[in-house]
Amino acid sequence: MEWVNAILQGALLGGLYALFAAGLSLIFGVMRLVNIAHGDLIVLGAYLGLSVTLVLGVHPLVALVLVVPAMAVIGYVLQRCILNQTLGKDILPPLLVTFGLSVIIQNALLETYTADPQKISAGALETASLSVGGLSFGVLPVMTFVIAVAVIAGLQWVFYRTALGRAFRATSDNQEIAQLMGLNRRHIFGLAMALALAVTAIAGILLGIRTSFDPSIGGGRLIFGFEAVIIGGLGNLWGTLVGGIILGVAQTVGAKIDPGWQLLAGHLVFLLILAIRPSGLFPRIKE
Amino acid sequence: MMASNYSVTRSSGATKIAAFVGIMILVALIAAPLWAGRADMRLMGELFLYLALASLWNLMAGYAGLVSVGQQAYVGFGGYMLFALTMFGGLHPVLAIAIAGLLGAVISIPVALLIFRLRGAYFAIGTWVIAEVFRLSFAQVSTLGGGSGSSLPAGIVRSLADSRAGREHLSYWLALGSAAIVIAAVFLFLRSRNGLALTAIRDNELAAGSLGIDIWRTKFVVYIVTAALTAMIGALIFLQKLRISPDAAFSVNDWTAFVIFIVVIGGIGTLEGPIIGTLLFFLLRETLADLGTIYLMVLGAVAIVIMLKAPNGIWGLIRNRFDIELFPLSYRVKPAQKD
Repeated sequence: MEWVNAILQGALLGGLYALFAAGLSLIFGVMRLVNIAHGDLIVLGAYLGLSVTLVLGVHPLVALVLVVPAMAVIGYVLQRCILNQTLGKDILPPLLVTFGLSVIIQNALLETYTADPQKISAGALETASLSVGGLSFGVLPVMTFVIAVAVIAGLQWVFYRTALGRAFRATSDNQEIAQLMGLNRRHIFGLAMALALAVTAIAGILLGIRTSFDPSIGGGRLIFGFEAVIIGGLGNLWGTLVGGIILGVAQTVGAKIDPGWQLLAGHLVFLLILAIRPSGLFPRIKE
Repeated sequence: MMASNYSVTRSSGATKIAAFVGIMILVALIAAPLWAGRADMRLMGELFLYLALASLWNLMAGYAGLVSVGQQAYVGFGGYMLFALTMFGGLHPVLAIAIAGLLGAVISIPVALLIFRLRGAYFAIGTWVIAEVFRLSFAQVSTLGGGSGSSLPAGIVRSLADSRAGREHLSYWLALGSAAIVIAAVFLFLRSRNGLALTAIRDNELAAGSLGIDIWRTKFVVYIVTAALTAMIGALIFLQKLRISPDAAFSVNDWTAFVIFIVVIGGIGTLEGPIIGTLLFFLLRETLADLGTIYLMVLGAVAIVIMLKAPNGIWGLIRNRFDIELFPLSYRVKPAQKD
């Protein structure tokens, strides 16, 4: 029963990792861009959520109403002003520019909020739990998982059922022809980044309610997100959810064996899957 | 026109002058204990170690296209090997540094086999995962101090040299020597057959492959040689620091982010770039260090602007303007001289 519990808790944790990863998966799917600053943007979302809850005195879930659009705007501006200029055949510019962004965001947060760990307070939601058949689940992890599934379903819907999604897929398939058909590639990429960072805002706030955070933790979140994307298969959103769950389960089971093994177990499972299936479990894009 | 009317040379006036000036500077630096203070020598020692790390990262990223953000794996590994080999193996520190390099090469082979399955930016983050695995693994080893790390016992430090000045001079010369050896090794490697293959891959991977160059093997060799030398530099770094902990040994900021900025600002894919970048980085660091975090934000912004506006860095700008080269690497076609 203890092990069943560990696995179920891990799967719920995987929902949060899938939220970290969904933005990465989306922008990689649309423009083959890997954003090294993604983890720091998640942390930025958490800090914005913290500020909104403190300044306005609202519940963090209400803060989403402000933080999600704010992050979307940041994403659009970032893409139009900086990241679009880095896209091309060479992989170095996007990599190094987002690496520079990561350092800037991290230190700007450090300057603004100090290095002290912070936490977003969500009242009763933090400790509420449900009992099902002898197992007890925190309401927050369950809610995070449900939100993750909803977000991924939403992104999937946008991708395959809307005009915007058609534009995403068209630009992703062939940028030149998409341009000829009247799509503005730069604008489409801006919208994709806006959507990715909107998801990042949700991930950041849920992270901030769940655990304490400080400006330096972005790198770790990027790695979890990246591992979920690779495990699931590049550019496959539902695969990303499965990847997140596998990673979460590996970590909780690892922690059960020895508390020092939590992160290590996650990384080792990732490397194992990389060794066996380098393109992930459900690849959609050949890289 | 006949082909024999032209001659192909590698050296030029600039490279000959540069070689002469370079040797003079090297001689002056070797004699530094005669003219420099203790603090200056410490700073220069650190500068040389960064120069060596930057030249190695440049060889991988700038020439082989292997953009790693996980080189701290080998810096930390080398550092820990120095501690383990001297503390438990009873080896002399200098011998331990050499063996740390060998072990770095050995461990980099399975790592390369695994992460070479990833491409581009995914390769980059994959190397970071490896570095995290190294960090978390060393944090589990309680004989090496676990998560809190350990200090190098005084007896081992004394085995380097009897006097404090002697130790300081030796560690300065080791740092200088490692920078000189790394730059010379990279230079000679790039002039060799393998280096030519590597330059061809850098310029056009597809064309290089179609000419029969084994791209995978060439990159694999570069990765392993770089890992070995990086591990040796790591051992040297922690011989200077005398204390090691998983967080310091496997710091992505200290051993990779700064190094990347050095190479990008100086000029990636050239031998001169890391040298200029290191000098500029230390100049910035020594003048702006009081600004704390702002200094890092400035560094990040400078790197972004350079990457967008002058992707070949400062050396790229100079080279475009004056068409010079300090290291004779490229070929020049000149009309043959009349007798």
